[in-house]
Amino acid sequence: MKTMVQNGVRGALTLLVFALVFTALMAGTYALTKDSVAKNERDARAALIAQVLPAGSYDNELLLDALPQTAAAQQQLNNPAGAQIYRAIKDGQTTAVVVETIAPDGYSGKIKLLVGVSRAGQILGVRVVAHKETPGLGDYIDVAKSNWILGFDGKSLSSPTADLWRVKKDGGAFDAAAGATISPRAVVKAVKNTLSYVAAEHATLFGA
Amino acid sequence: MALLTQDESKTIIQNSIWQQNAALGQFLGLCPVLVISSNIVNGVSLGLATSLVMLISSAAIACIRSLVPNELRAPIFILIIAALVTMVDLLMNAYVHDLYVVLGIFIPLITTNCIVLARAEAYASKNGVAQSALDGVMMGLGLTLVLAILGAMRELVGKGTLLSGIDLVFGAGAKSWVIHVIPAEYNYQFLLAILPPGAFIGLGFLIAGKQALDRRAETKAKLAAKLALQAVAA
Repeated sequence: MKTMVQNGVRGALTLLVFALVFTALMAGTYALTKDSVAKNERDARAALIAQVLPAGSYDNELLLDALPQTAAAQQQLNNPAGAQIYRAIKDGQTTAVVVETIAPDGYSGKIKLLVGVSRAGQILGVRVVAHKETPGLGDYIDVAKSNWILGFDGKSLSSPTADLWRVKKDGGAFDAAAGATISPRAVVKAVKNTLSYVAAEHATLFGA
Repeated sequence: MALLTQDESKTIIQNSIWQQNAALGQFLGLCPVLVISSNIVNGVSLGLATSLVMLISSAAIACIRSLVPNELRAPIFILIIAALVTMVDLLMNAYVHDLYVVLGIFIPLITTNCIVLARAEAYASKNGVAQSALDGVMMGLGLTLVLAILGAMRELVGKGTLLSGIDLVFGAGAKSWVIHVIPAEYNYQFLLAILPPGAFIGLGFLIAGKQALDRRAETKAKLAAKLALQAVAA
């Protein structure tokens, strides 16, 4: 009985020592790498946002001039809490906004998007940030797979007109691959939705 | 620390790459194998990341093996492996970020790969540091080989390409390295191969292939032994 207790205590202590040593190692590594990791993540995020803005159209730190989306905006844009709108500012004037939004009706779940809209209400760029569409079928909405998403560049609520903001199969202006219309349909809808939001909130987003 | 003799390393390498190949011989670590092997680039990337972790974890475990009470092996090995994976993840994220962007999503997956723990338990806990390190890295490379072949098969059958996605590793300039076995303009697709069922079917063929080769070698050896015996008798 006594040796059993002794063994148990010794085992527990050994485990404790190992746990302490390796937790300390991990904590040390974390402390050592924390700053570079955070910087890398910021850079990656800024690079992602910069993709939907023309080069040289802003002179601010995009991540610092972000507006948190209001509850109403989150609801309209299908976003979870914490979604942002990034502002591209040049010479003190907001030239464009980059809106985080979600297309909730993709073929297999949500499609996360970034939509860049100019002051004039034109689309500067759209990018899919995350999606679960079928590989090789619906995933052509991703710029890594095809140029489809670049087709939004330069479009606005008036061009094409509101009833043409659909895929061609539904009588609209946007291409979609045969047999894979659900993913682009969801994206077109979400982009149009974002444009309406930006138009409605123009004064708040761009200032006077 | 006893260094490796040439014979020893030869045995370890043969054993790790062929006889006890993680995916085809021991059937371990199949979860990441099946998920990631949709093309060569992903497969090789995960394979190399796993090899790195196995090299470090096997060496670390061989170093401390005399300090670990027998009945506490499992929790301590898991602790060490999880800690090492976390540290590799953080260090890569901080100092080789470009590589991390490509491999990053795979690294946490390595913790789920039971081949790492299996080698810690079956080999590193009983052998020297140098042997264990070699065993770990070779097991990883054996897995990489299977991932590469399976990835190539699925890519070729599913999309008619080889090396697609290489630009994610070597930058946009590498886009021209992608080999279109079936010209891109045909838009060839065979989804079954790219989706998970393709992974199971492909792995099945690879295992069958390895078994067939082993069987043939065995028959040949038996035949040779028989002939030798007859020669002696005559």
